Amino acid sequence: MIPASFDYKRASTVDEAVSLLSDGGEDAKLLAGGHSLLPLMKLRLAAPALVIDIGRLRDLSFVRDSGDRVVIGALTRHRDVEIDQTLRQHLPLLSHVAGQVGDPQVRHRGTLGGSIAHGDPASDLPAACLALGATFTAVGPSGSRQIDATDFFQGFLETALAPDEILTEISIPKATGAAWSFQKFNRRAQDWAIVGVAAVRGDRTGVALVNMGPTPLRATPVEEALAGGASDAEAAARAAEGLEPPEDLNASAEYRRHLAQVLVRRALEQARAA
Amino acid sequence: MTVNGSAKEHEVEPRLLLVHYLREVVGLTGTNIGCDTSSCGACTVLLDGESVKSCTLLAAQADGADITTIEGLASGDQMHPMQEAFREKHALQCGYCTPGMVMAAVSLLKEHPNPTEAEVREGLEGNLCRCTGYHNIVQAVLYAASPGSVPERNAGSVPERNLGVSA
Ligand SMILES: Cc1cc2nc3c(=O)[nH]c(=O)nc-3n(C[C@H](O)[C@H](O)[C@H](O)COP(=O)(O)OP(=O)(O)OC[C@H]3O[C@@H](n4cnc5c(N)ncnc54)[C@H](O)[C@@H]3O)c2cc1C
Ligand code: FES
Ligand code: FES
Repeated sequence: MIPASFDYKRASTVDEAVSLLSDGGEDAKLLAGGHSLLPLMKLRLAAPALVIDIGRLRDLSFVRDSGDRVVIGALTRHRDVEIDQTLRQHLPLLSHVAGQVGDPQVRHRGTLGGSIAHGDPASDLPAACLALGATFTAVGPSGSRQIDATDFFQGFLETALAPDEILTEISIPKATGAAWSFQKFNRRAQDWAIVGVAAVRGDRTGVALVNMGPTPLRATPVEEALAGGASDAEAAARAAEGLEPPEDLNASAEYRRHLAQVLVRRALEQARAA
Repeated sequence: MTVNGSAKEHEVEPRLLLVHYLREVVGLTGTNIGCDTSSCGACTVLLDGESVKSCTLLAAQADGADITTIEGLASGDQMHPMQEAFREKHALQCGYCTPGMVMAAVSLLKEHPNPTEAEVREGLEGNLCRCTGYHNIVQAVLYAASPGSVPERNAGSVPERNLGVSA
């Protein structure tokens, strides 16, 4: 399968990427690791006229310890998130989740920023960002702004990013020593989660869900139940409240609703036992 | 880019995939195309020493990179330790998945020089084989990693310069 023709430009700075994006309008797409975009282009489900390769913005590949937060460049690859010592120490949930994405070849290319900007409800890292209370930095023609992860995912593959904005940084409050759990349920190696749960319990309690609706989601009813003193089982029973999970070959919506409750309970118990 | 140690320069269409570049422009057909949907790993090559699926990369993204394909592993008549291990442990039947499997295994040992069996299985999760049932492939990778099996040569090593292959 071969993608439709497009123009290819390489950005060597963030500003250049932004101005190429503004010039290219709706038909321009950024290319980071390409592991979501290229499969779509090969299937011709995406056919941008202009592809702007930001894969060489190595300045955006970093992990920085900045006091009570860790800041990660958007172009940091899954593999680097998985093995980085600062992340393993302060945000072990995020490193662990990065190590669960796809397979090693995918992790060698895919980027944290690409996974977030793509906004696929079935992807793992956005759920970890939601559970951990991440904030994203977006840069556009009129400067930069911060977007809370909770406000970022707006619809199926739709995010708060404007078409001429680039996601540059992911900033996450440290969760050093907090208990956490990631439950990814699938039937085959390498696969996406049928349902997934990312949970952290410490100074901050966050629970987020994979593949339970049109976007990566926070399990707000579960978080509220825990804050109100509910038991793990009581809180987990609320995991699917108000949600309309997808139906596909792997599972019906009803199955997903049940699975979410089971996995949230496991996640909460594991994060308590840890 | 550099392919198996030799510099290549071509003007290509932006949409040309790396796997098509390697097979059709450079003429190295050892890298196979299996699924063409990023799942099977038959197209795995090393990009700057790391395994990648060359069906899911534009040739242009690999501009300037150092690519190693299955043809670049052996040194003249001497097989790479991972190739020897695959032969020793009968880790192939039809051989279709083998080039990608060997490249993925080399990258795996580079990252985990002494893997457990579970780590080998997980490390090869991006590669599908329709014939072997994986058992012998896993045995081969463990054999390649075990000290003394392929003396004095590191099975996770990537040759700096290939010797026996002209592209
Ligand atoms: C076989 C396979 C299995 C996979 N399995 C999983 C899995 O189990 N779990 C999982 O979570 N993911 C999985 N993935 C997806 C993988 O994690 C992708 O790498 C990731 O979703 C996208 O990152 P990327 O850097 O490749 O982005 P790209 O494909 O380059 O870009 C994706 C989208 O985001 C936009 N974009 C990229 N970077 C930026 C930026 N900095 N600012 C603004 N927009 C940007 C692009 O324009 C594009 O629309 C899998 C992929 C494959 C091919
Ligand atoms: S051909 Fe590339 S992964 Fe199957
Ligand atoms: S040996 Fe036939 S596909 Fe693996």
